[in-house]
Amino acid sequence: MTEPALETKSLCKNFGALAVAHNIEFSLAAGARHALIGPNGAGKTSFVNLVTGALEPSSGQIFLAGHDVTHLSQAHRVKRGLARTFQINQLFRGLTVLENVTLAISERHGVAGDFLRAAGRRRSIIEEAYALLERLGIGEEALRPVRELAYGRQRLVEIAVALGLDPKVLLLDEPAAGVPSGEAGTIIDVIERLGSEIAVLIIEHDMYLVFRLARRITVLVQGAILVEGPPQDIAADPRVREVYLGERVRR
Amino acid sequence: MTQDLDSRAVAFFVRRHRLRPVELVPWVLAVGAFFVFPDYLALGAQVLATILFGLSVDLVLGYAGIVTLGHAAFFGMGAYTAGYLAAHGMGAPVLGLIAAMAMAALVGCLSGLVILRAQGLSILMLTLVVCVMLQEAANKLTSITGGADGLQGMEVSPVLGLFHFDLYGKTAYCYALVVLFFGWAVARTLVHSPFGRSLTGIRENVARMHAIGTPVFFRLVTIYTISAAMAGAAGALIAETTQLVALNALSIDLSGLILVMVIFGGVGRLYGAFVGVPLYMIAQDRFSEIDPTYWYFWIGLLLVLVVMFARGGILGLCAALIRRFEQRRRR
Repeated sequence: MTEPALETKSLCKNFGALAVAHNIEFSLAAGARHALIGPNGAGKTSFVNLVTGALEPSSGQIFLAGHDVTHLSQAHRVKRGLARTFQINQLFRGLTVLENVTLAISERHGVAGDFLRAAGRRRSIIEEAYALLERLGIGEEALRPVRELAYGRQRLVEIAVALGLDPKVLLLDEPAAGVPSGEAGTIIDVIERLGSEIAVLIIEHDMYLVFRLARRITVLVQGAILVEGPPQDIAADPRVREVYLGERVRR
Repeated sequence: MTQDLDSRAVAFFVRRHRLRPVELVPWVLAVGAFFVFPDYLALGAQVLATILFGLSVDLVLGYAGIVTLGHAAFFGMGAYTAGYLAAHGMGAPVLGLIAAMAMAALVGCLSGLVILRAQGLSILMLTLVVCVMLQEAANKLTSITGGADGLQGMEVSPVLGLFHFDLYGKTAYCYALVVLFFGWAVARTLVHSPFGRSLTGIRENVARMHAIGTPVFFRLVTIYTISAAMAGAAGALIAETTQLVALNALSIDLSGLILVMVIFGGVGRLYGAFVGVPLYMIAQDRFSEIDPTYWYFWIGLLLVLVVMFARGGILGLCAALIRRFEQRRRR
């Protein structure tokens, strides 16, 4: 078996007495379609922040394709092929859709620090960005400012920016959150069509989406992994049912 | 259809950095003013230098989104450097200018390394602190700066050994205009470059810039240093053309004033300083003549109107009007 695309070893994060991550041993295989689920406050987004480097772990290690990246900055992890999307859109709202993507692509090609040559002269980057938007079906909106787009379309831009980084590991934090159910299908299609060279981890609440996309599921409860396995096992697992049922009753 | 949009997408980007005729207007006006208002060239040179100062503020505020209330630190650093050299037998203006930029860049880089780790309002406070500390240092170091009396005995030699500074300010005006032109060329290249676009990205959403692998801190320190050098050049210009440097070159008042002028013109549009600074300085000149007692009131009123009705400054207002006009024409 080849090396996992992403791996964490006894990853811990405490905020005072609160453990948002407790000894997480997680492994994402190359080309995986993996879902991370769990009730509200289980520490799913914290896990993403730990992996990307937005949060510093209290202890434990993080590996990308076998390299220890625990002490690397966010930017360096991105250079090693790690990309993420956000649960709540984090876009350049005043800029056009096309430019949102060109920023990411320029950064990947290492030209974003260039002072001299105008951005508009780098035709190949603009064309690459446009081709990506076409692939996601938002080419028509390339020249509109992001803030003018419907929320569902903005969610696609959110994914497009991450894909502009040509990731090997893609973390999707609730990709369909806030999207009207009629439009969620477009987002699912986009995720389904992603190439097998990308390992995808989806953090999600929507069980329909999880069972449609994931071939493996990890359940996180109170910062610790409760159980991991293929979808049918997870669906049948009594502990998972209890967690989700308990959650509903408490609400 | 696809091909059409594709080429439109490319055209959109290319159009943005291509020089538009309207961008030549400031230069035509500046050259015209030289001939039309020969009695106002001394004031004109100050306006031009202050535009350069405003441009440096626009780079950090309008593009990188760093709110600063301490940019006079770099302006004053430049002014004192050029002044000190001129008072010690090194009065060649271009030498003074380059030394001033180097010193201001140094202070900008060192202070940037500390304060740009903070965010939002903390940055504002820290820029203010740097400015106050420098002013106080200048106040104490009387042997170098002349303290509260100002720097004495500046002797500025002719520009490039050829052009003497004259009583009417002809040389001063031309010198300031040439330096401003260089500053503008640098700033314009910068904001259209991928580096400049990434600054806009940082302003729009810093969290996402981290997530796409941008070395955010490094970019911010870089632009802060460049901007400081530009502010230092502006300070040197004022020092050399007025042959005077005093503590107010390092004051928070000046930091605030330049901010007001740029906001007045419009932030993040590159030309905000070109509009705001001359309008403000001319208004100040006129108002103080018409109404010597209460002229500040009229300036205040002007600012209130801009803030209430033209949030994007005068240029923002113009852009909004043009957009509305085009929409109507399309219908």
